[in-house]
Amino acid sequence: MGKSIKDQVAIIGMGCTKFGERWDVGLGDLVIEAAYEAYADAGIDPKDIEACYFGTACAPVVGIAGSAAADALKLRNIPVMRNENWCATGHITLLEACTAVASGLFDIVMALGAEKLKDTGFAGLGTGRGMSPVLEARRTSPGSFGLIAKRYFETYDLTNEQGKELIGKIAVKNHDNGSMCPKAHFNNRVTLEKVVNAPIIAWPLGLFDCCGNSDGAACAIVTRADMAKNFRDDPIYLKGFGISMDSMLPHFRPGFDWLRFDSLVTSSSKAYEMAGVKDPREELDVAEVHDCFTITELVIYENFRFSPWGKARQDVDSGFFTLQGGLPVNTDGGLKCFGHPVGASGIRMTYEIYKQLQQKADKPQRQVKNPRLGLSHTFGGPPQLSAVAIFGNERG
Amino acid sequence: MAGIVAYGGYVPALRMERKVMADAWGRGSLGGERSFANNDEDTVTMAVEAAVNCLHGRRREEVDGVFFASTTAPYQEKLSATLVGTVVDLGREVVTADFANSLRSGTGALMAALNAVACGSSKHLLVTAADYRLGYPRSDFEQSFGDGAAALLVGAEDLVATFEGAYCVSDEMLDVWRNPEDQYVKSWEGRFVLGEGYTAHMKEVVAGVLKKYGLKAGDIAKAVLPAPDGRTHTALAKALGFDVETQLQDPLLAKVGHCGAAQPLLMLSAALEAAKPGDLLLVGAYGDGADALLFKVTERIGTRNPRRSMRHLLENKLPFRSYARFLSYRGILEGQPGEPFRLFPSATVSWRERASYLRCHASRCTQCGTTTYPIQRVCYACGSKDAYEEVRISDRLGKVFTFTRDNLGGRSDDPVVVQTVAELDGGVRFYGLMTDCDPEEVELGLPVDLTFRRLYEGAGFHNYFWKLRPLRKGGTD
Repeated sequence: MGKSIKDQVAIIGMGCTKFGERWDVGLGDLVIEAAYEAYADAGIDPKDIEACYFGTACAPVVGIAGSAAADALKLRNIPVMRNENWCATGHITLLEACTAVASGLFDIVMALGAEKLKDTGFAGLGTGRGMSPVLEARRTSPGSFGLIAKRYFETYDLTNEQGKELIGKIAVKNHDNGSMCPKAHFNNRVTLEKVVNAPIIAWPLGLFDCCGNSDGAACAIVTRADMAKNFRDDPIYLKGFGISMDSMLPHFRPGFDWLRFDSLVTSSSKAYEMAGVKDPREELDVAEVHDCFTITELVIYENFRFSPWGKARQDVDSGFFTLQGGLPVNTDGGLKCFGHPVGASGIRMTYEIYKQLQQKADKPQRQVKNPRLGLSHTFGGPPQLSAVAIFGNERG
Repeated sequence: MAGIVAYGGYVPALRMERKVMADAWGRGSLGGERSFANNDEDTVTMAVEAAVNCLHGRRREEVDGVFFASTTAPYQEKLSATLVGTVVDLGREVVTADFANSLRSGTGALMAALNAVACGSSKHLLVTAADYRLGYPRSDFEQSFGDGAAALLVGAEDLVATFEGAYCVSDEMLDVWRNPEDQYVKSWEGRFVLGEGYTAHMKEVVAGVLKKYGLKAGDIAKAVLPAPDGRTHTALAKALGFDVETQLQDPLLAKVGHCGAAQPLLMLSAALEAAKPGDLLLVGAYGDGADALLFKVTERIGTRNPRRSMRHLLENKLPFRSYARFLSYRGILEGQPGEPFRLFPSATVSWRERASYLRCHASRCTQCGTTTYPIQRVCYACGSKDAYEEVRISDRLGKVFTFTRDNLGGRSDDPVVVQTVAELDGGVRFYGLMTDCDPEEVELGLPVDLTFRRLYEGAGFHNYFWKLRPLRKGGTD
């Protein structure tokens, strides 16, 4: 096994665009908006960037490479490495930047994630996703994640109504949080009644069980931990990370139960191990997890050991994951309120953790009290791929 | 001696009362109901259903040829018989031929197969016929046509019916036809079509075959006479001296409609189901002349039942009440296009993956026994490389493991797609769309089987794949 890079890398500046239907800006504008906020936050000059890691998943054309970032930002004669890894694109882009710095190859690099979904002319991520034009011809994202819900209800003896209410409460929580986040796409609060009665997208998932489709970009400036305080007093340190990919479309996987996702379990375990976290439920202070659909957030609670297997319901009912709870999750409203511009999301979620750990949440009402350790996470594919990063505000 | 070894029909589950079609136009109904192909069915998929029904319980390796007959094949240039043979998992060394352009193409294919077996060039020929013809909107044809298929396995041994002989006439006339650019069947004046055409020719060949083999009308147990309508059918039978009550095989007009080239074979399949040893069956077919074939039922009848009986096929139906959706399913109305596909169909992919996609082969690991679909070169369970044997899973039954009713993945005229993961016998997981169902009836544990369907159009060709279907009780299932 390789070595730990705990406390060797720090984030010294971040930027995040307003997420939403940004009809009037293009991919390049989003990149500029996120990057220049990050430059200013880090107090660096664009010329200080030694390499750019660029994540975008649904680029409008094949072969976009790193051009969208290089062209917009006038990056010249430095490596610009494009990454595409489904919904974990942003996280893996960020973690590639972190491992590059940890290797000693570069001192200051930029991790940039951007997606312009609203130029495609349709509302969802689309039909026909994955590898095979035949096996996956009609596969959709809600259709794949919706398959989890009925298994969960059945396994834990919930009626359809009880199940819908359970996941509906996650939507209510995330909308409450998002209502206090100016950069979120949606700032509205919703009632449980509205959530459970909303039009069906992929039964039992209704409109409010699904995240929106948005444009957005986010950026992180990453440097060596031992240099971080040269830039600012409150850098955020990478404590641990894990990336894990399962084999095969889960739909065809023999014996798969649709509740325990090995990629979630192993990616979080790796991250906990590197960060020295024994009991994530107790030790983590804030988390941003992949709530592409409410059912996804529910099963993540259990796969990440936030809740015991089959017991997430008690925690949802008791408000354990609300801002006032024991482990606030998706404090900015999550994908539910930000939408999911695929390449940007992982870095956007890390932006929230970064700000929380600096106690600089844009609205004090949603600032978690004295957080030390935070987790951000994305879960991608049919689903198949998970990336977890844990950050802290003190260098150990 | 050549004859029929096995038989099986197929009637799509979708049925529409003719009154629904009539009311849409404010015209009279012809009465009863008609079958019609779902939006994922065509003549190849229906022929496959009939072939699987016919070959139930038989070794596919014994089949050394496949014929396909239709006036509505999915391609103008490209064999359909090859696709049918591949999908039902026949071997590579098979004779293939398509028979086309005539309502007599079904009997034409059958006689060609009987002759090939009789002369010894083939041992077991699978004859399939399917049609889904279109009548002009509002026309009688629109109501009277049905969609369906039939398959007969022709051989020289273990016969359920022996081929006794045939009598054919050929007569050039334009009564019913369709030009290459036409979507709908055209016809000349009805009295000419029915009088000089259908009735005159059918009389001639039925009388001709009886005379040729020294028989009288009373010797025939069942006259299998496809007909354009009930009245003409009855009048023909009476004129030929058949007893309308006992000697006529149901022309299927009230519940199915006229299934074109498949109709004589579909009716023959139904007749065989009810036949007794020694019965003489007379099968007619009409189009630019006519054919009459004689079969004698053997002692083996009743031992080779198809998987699904005609009664099952007729009773297993999904009533359909939207004429607008009927028009859209048949491509007459163009619905609003759905979302574009992210994945582009590829002829090379379809060809390369034909063992998985068309033959529905899974890989069974020879090291650990795990069976995985689609074929995996490296075993999912134990990691063994290239240590597998291909196994066909298309005939396995299963149960719904999980599902979701997806409102995004469908077509605008059929918007709800039931995304389904099923656990098939032997622990094989299969992901597919549920078809021929009411989305609301799908539940965990619902018994399902696999059915071959046309998935979508793209890149200028048809993309076929397997779907799941609720397993319905009845018949011989």
